[in-house]
Amino acid sequence: MMNFIDSVIEYEFLQKALLTSVMVGVICGVIGCFIILRGMALMGDAISHAVLPGVAISYMLGINFFIGAVVTGILTAVGIGFISQNSRVKNDSSIGIVFTAAFALGIILITVLKSSSDLYHILFGNVLAVRPSDMWITLIIGIVVLGSVYLFYKELLVSSFDPIMAQAYGLPTKMIHYFLMTLLTLVTVASLQTVGIILVVAMLVTPASTAYLLTDRLSVMIGLSALFGAISAVGGLYLSFTYNLASGATIVLVATTLFIVALLFSPKQGILLRAIRSKRSKTVTV
Amino acid sequence: MNAVEVKDLRVSYFGNEALKKVDFTISEGTLVGIIGPNGAGKSTLLKAILNLIPKDSGEINILGSTLKEVRKRIAYVPQRSAIDWDFPIRVKETVLIGTYPSISLLKKPGRKEKELALKCLEKVDMLEFQDRQIGELSGGQQQRVFLARALAQQTDLFLLDEPFVGIDVASEEVIVRILKELRDEGKTIIVVHHDLSKAEKYFDELLLLNKELISSGDVKEVFTPRNIAKAYGGQLSFLEEMVMTT
Repeated sequence: MMNFIDSVIEYEFLQKALLTSVMVGVICGVIGCFIILRGMALMGDAISHAVLPGVAISYMLGINFFIGAVVTGILTAVGIGFISQNSRVKNDSSIGIVFTAAFALGIILITVLKSSSDLYHILFGNVLAVRPSDMWITLIIGIVVLGSVYLFYKELLVSSFDPIMAQAYGLPTKMIHYFLMTLLTLVTVASLQTVGIILVVAMLVTPASTAYLLTDRLSVMIGLSALFGAISAVGGLYLSFTYNLASGATIVLVATTLFIVALLFSPKQGILLRAIRSKRSKTVTV
Repeated sequence: MNAVEVKDLRVSYFGNEALKKVDFTISEGTLVGIIGPNGAGKSTLLKAILNLIPKDSGEINILGSTLKEVRKRIAYVPQRSAIDWDFPIRVKETVLIGTYPSISLLKKPGRKEKELALKCLEKVDMLEFQDRQIGELSGGQQQRVFLARALAQQTDLFLLDEPFVGIDVASEEVIVRILKELRDEGKTIIVVHHDLSKAEKYFDELLLLNKELISSGDVKEVFTPRNIAKAYGGQLSFLEEMVMTT
């Protein structure tokens, strides 16, 4: 542990890695709450994969990979919506069709244009190679995401909880959906370096689900989820550095461990406490 | 003034007609029940009034104006099955949502709104449950919380979709009492209702629906065995009951 702290103080690359992954943990945790409450975990997975061709095309055109990522992310969201609304194909199937197509296209483009080691880094992240520009991009995305959630909190809350009422009083629920998809794309881009495309969905879904098991209030859930995201980032980076493990995967497994603890021991929703309670009430009635 | 005017409304789902040429008017200050058998298009009618589903044709005027201009003067209480009861939200925040339509973008509910929410909770006798998660309540309590949310919207028109399904007698009494109070204050309330036995007692006017409008107007004129038979068609056992009680 001391060794890790000393190294963080000593090495700038580790400081950047730590800062960036904490920021990613926080913003994934915040957006993840809305993703899971809207039942869009699969959509989160889809959008994160769909960023890949965007990154490749941006590289091809020599523009910032941000722009390409956002464009393909949104196109995927629109494509999924179009297929499920205009055919009998169900929503989860259309998600599966569209995002795998985008992902496959991305793999081909990247391997043609760059090398397979670049592909590997985009897919799985490489947090120790975070450049200052990556850190700044993550910070800006973080500010945009947290600012949006703060400013539009009531619209996000009502359209997630009761979309029919939201629509009835005139909120543009479709626009809110695509706005959220845009934020999701931004978050994915920010997460490329830390956990990589494949595992982003874990950072979106797992800390948020852990928080979901622990509270009955959305605002508290968002705070807890951000906290669990940050703890996973720090813990994961520490373990990955100390035992020389893949950083993205380690971060995800720390998040999973937190989830399992909550699943077993949550005061209200925990499986263990529930079992004990029901056993007690059974013996009382007997 | 008329609260709701519907002219030649037609709605279809994937080529199946759900509502055929429906015309009616509802004047302000009435408590109206929409009744009819399952699949008669009762909820569809409410959703069409709110433009939540596309209509094939028809003209709808609300509170003397188009829907767009009066959206915020309408409160809608969805069916219980449309709500995610595991959502991390407590009773008081649920009611507070009722104040959202009147708060401008980027602003947050303040003390005034929170006080209003609590006052509305008190009206439905649910103040003591304000810190409960909504899924921990009984069906009737949940319905009362959603009525409190509608009250917090402080609107002139209330649309409720099946508020009496699966709720306890006490809750039903509270809800009916409040709906009648609202009516006496000059508000208009439209309720989708399936239980014929209480229709006469609860409502001033009825819309009897089975894809087309069978009859509408004063309860006594609409609620006749003949009209009911027309709407409910072959459901004979029920008809016999009707004949015996009338």
